[in-house]
Order: sequence, then C-alpha cells, then structure tokens
Amino acid sequence: MTDRIRSVFERAGFGELYTPALEFEATFAAGDVGETRPAYRMFDEQGHVLALRSDMTIPIARVVATRYGHARTPLRFCYFAHAYRGVRPQRGHPREVLQAGVELIGAPAPEGTAEAVTVLCAALDAAGLMTFRVGVGDASLYPALLEAVGVGPERHEPLLTQLVRGDFVALERAIHALGLAPAESSLLLQVPRTRGGPEVLENTRAGALHEAVTGMRSLHALLDPAVAQRIIFDLGLVRSLGYYTGAVFQVYDPAYGVPIGSGGRYDDLLGRFGRPLPAVGFALDVERLHIALTGEERGRGGRG
Amino acid sequence: MSELRIAVPRGALFDDTLELLDRLGLDTREVRENDRKLLFEDAGIVTMRPSDVPTYVEAGAADLGITGKDVLLEQSEREVYELVDLAYGRCRMVLATVAGEDRAAEALRRLGVVRIATKYPRLAARHFLETGRQAEIVEVKGSVELAPLTGLVEGIVDLTATGSTLRENGLAVREEIALCTARLIANPVAHKLKARAIDALLERLHAV
Repeated sequence: MTDRIRSVFERAGFGELYTPALEFEATFAAGDVGETRPAYRMFDEQGHVLALRSDMTIPIARVVATRYGHARTPLRFCYFAHAYRGVRPQRGHPREVLQAGVELIGAPAPEGTAEAVTVLCAALDAAGLMTFRVGVGDASLYPALLEAVGVGPERHEPLLTQLVRGDFVALERAIHALGLAPAESSLLLQVPRTRGGPEVLENTRAGALHEAVTGMRSLHALLDPAVAQRIIFDLGLVRSLGYYTGAVFQVYDPAYGVPIGSGGRYDDLLGRFGRPLPAVGFALDVERLHIALTGEERGRGGRG
Repeated sequence: MSELRIAVPRGALFDDTLELLDRLGLDTREVRENDRKLLFEDAGIVTMRPSDVPTYVEAGAADLGITGKDVLLEQSEREVYELVDLAYGRCRMVLATVAGEDRAAEALRRLGVVRIATKYPRLAARHFLETGRQAEIVEVKGSVELAPLTGLVEGIVDLTATGSTLRENGLAVREEIALCTARLIANPVAHKLKARAIDALLERLHAV
C-alpha cells in the first residue's frame, strides 16, 4: 500500500524526506502542537532534553527553515515515517503510528490547498479505498465569526474547546451565556452544525459568515469534479492542533468509525523557525487505512 | 433497513427513550415486545446497558446513541459528539454521608483523607481532585448505600433521582456534583457522512 501511495506522491513531484525520530524538545515547543505534544522525553549525555517526534510537520518545518533557507519555492516533500503518541491504556491505541504524508511549502491558499487535496484524494484512490470522503473546514472560520458578533479573543477559548470536543450541548450553554442578540446566538449555534456539499457555501446570506466561507468557495472552484465530489464542506470542523491557520481536512470512510487522516494549512509555522512561508500538508494513518480498506472489502462482500 | 443505527439504553432510561423514538417515527413495537433480543436491524435499534452506549458509538458500531450525562462524565475520554440534551431521566450526582454529623468532613479534618464508595470512580476522583481534597476511591458494583452503613467508607458519590433510596438508608446529601439528563450522542464520522439523515432526525426531535 505504501508503495502505491509513494508513486502517487512522486508523480506529483514530492520528494521523500527523512528526519531523525529524536528532536530537541524546544523545537516542538516552538511549534505549538496543541494536543499532540511529544509524549516521550529523554536526556542526552550533555543534559539536553530530546523528544520522540509526535508529528512530522514540525521536523519538516525545521529542516526547511534551516537547510532550505534560500531554495526556490514551492517545496514539495513527502514522508513515510513513524510518529510517537501518548496513549490511554487498554484502548488499543498504538504508541508508534506510521504516517504517509506530504508538506507543500511556499504555496498559498487557495491554489496550494487545492493541490494538497488533489494529491490526498489520488493517494486514497491508489490505496484502494472506494468510499472515502474528505471533510474540509477552516480553522479561522469560527474565531472570525465570534469577532464579527463582538466576542473578543479572550472569550474564545471555552467555546472553541467545546467545539473541538463536539459537545454541542455545552457549546449551546456557553453561547447563551454570552448574552448576544437571538439572531447572533442562533448563527453561532447553526454554523458548526452545517456540513454537506458545495451548497452549504452558497446558502449563506451576506455578512460575517459569507465572508468567512470565501476561502472555501475559492478552493471548491479550483478542484477537479472527481475530487470535488469527495469533499464534505464542514463549517464546524476545527482541529486541536494549535498551528493550523486556514483550511483543515479530515479523511473519513464509512467502513471505519474514526478519521483515517488529517491535515491543513499552517501559514505561520515556518516563520517560527526563521523562514516565513505559507504551507499546507496532510498525514494519513497507514494502519487505519488498512482497517478501513478491510472494512470496505468486507462490506462489499457481505452485501454482494 | 434503517440508514441510522441507534444505541438505546435498557434500564431507567428505556421507556422514555422508546417513547421518544415513537414520536420520531421509528417503529419500536418489536423492541417493546421482545426483551431478550438485542439487535433490531429493521428499526435500526440496538439495546444495551447505558454505560456501553458510548463504547458502541465511539467505535461506529452505532451511529447515534442515547445515554445519561452521568455515563458521559464517567467516560469523558470517549470521542463522541454530544448533540442534544433530551431533558428526561433527570438525576443528581451527589456526595452523601450518613445523616447527622458529617463523617466525611470529620475524616478530612482529622485524617486529611476521606474514603468514598462509588460506581463512578473517575468522576468521583475528579470531583475531589478539583475541590482540592484527598480521597480514597472504593469502587463497588451495586448498592452503594451499604458501604457507609457498614463502615467501609465515610461517604458515597452516587446518582439519585428523588433521594428516597438515600433517605431510607439514613443517608443525607452533602454536595451536588452535577445535574444529569439523557443525552443524544453521535459518532463523529457518522455525523459527517450521514449528515442528512442525522439532521432530519434532529429536526423531527426539535419539532415534537
């Protein structure tokens, strides 16, 4: 499976990059990785704190800033590498996750995003998945909406936390506690529940929301129809990774109850390592791909 | 075959849940008539213990589920969406001790630690951690009321609807930890992939 995915990445011009499994802990601290902080730390003989990488985006951002400081952009890298995650015991979560992913660096939205989504769909096709869908949201959408109705950044966090958790009951209570006008409250409630085809981008009246989905509309306009029909536009999709700035993706398959991959834009991350460049990437969880593929095959066999 | 599969809790929430599903237009006759069968493929219903509902929904074995907030608080690490507060099955999660002098408070004052029996060990541990008190959590599987009466513990954390079981056993409520009602939960992937069916159900839910 990884060979088939690798040939898709290579045909699209992505060169394979290797980075060490161990990074300085400070590298990850600079990257703001939210909930996927490194779970395993150790000291070297000089007392430096090292961490087993918890994702590949940060190491690649570091490599680009330090070794490709003057290279022409856009840069296209792919990787097949293990990331190391903390687990809750007895839940069948692996500590070591094989990821297949790409990072497209120096390609701004919407063109760069469209290229990444197109490569993502081609990789999933090559893996043999037939019924996958890609959810596309925007990490900046809900904060922008909150600003537009006069809720300042200092009051965003509790709302965004509930949104990431998918606790719509608590979100509704937190929104009512803001004491906004009924129309604004219902907008804040309705938007995160809005997901579906491109029609969800059109059915927005002029105003804050219409502005906020402009990015998604221009992304949709750039996509090939075969790719576009895989997309679920999801105005409530937010990711717990702190470094995402714009479009975010999540890959679903009806044969498996958990997402099998994810990604997004991180336009501010490279700047933290010294070379400000807009960038976008995604990572597929190879083990989950296999589970979804098996599930699809079983489903097809079962229903004849 | 129904497009959505709903995990329905047997036990205290069972009757209200079936009534709700009737009003939403699901056919629950077979479920009512047959209390041994668990999987009702035509109606899209699976029945199970309330505490198993998040397990099935998280894994995607059921698209939606109904269970108590008490279960969700105890299993707070489950990755499920909580869509609607269904308002029925209203209960309070409380800290109770033997009526009269508060032995839990006395244990904390004199020993710095209190023993608490509960069926909700993680919820109870979190409550004591958040309120800055040290507690030894004793997990029991049934009749929590017995534990303080026999001297096993000084207090209990348990769910109570009317408080009558507590009163009959000579226990008094000392603190209210949470108000719990039935909740509609969803698998996050199903919430995206079966958006239309789920939204149609939610619309009918808000209409009734």
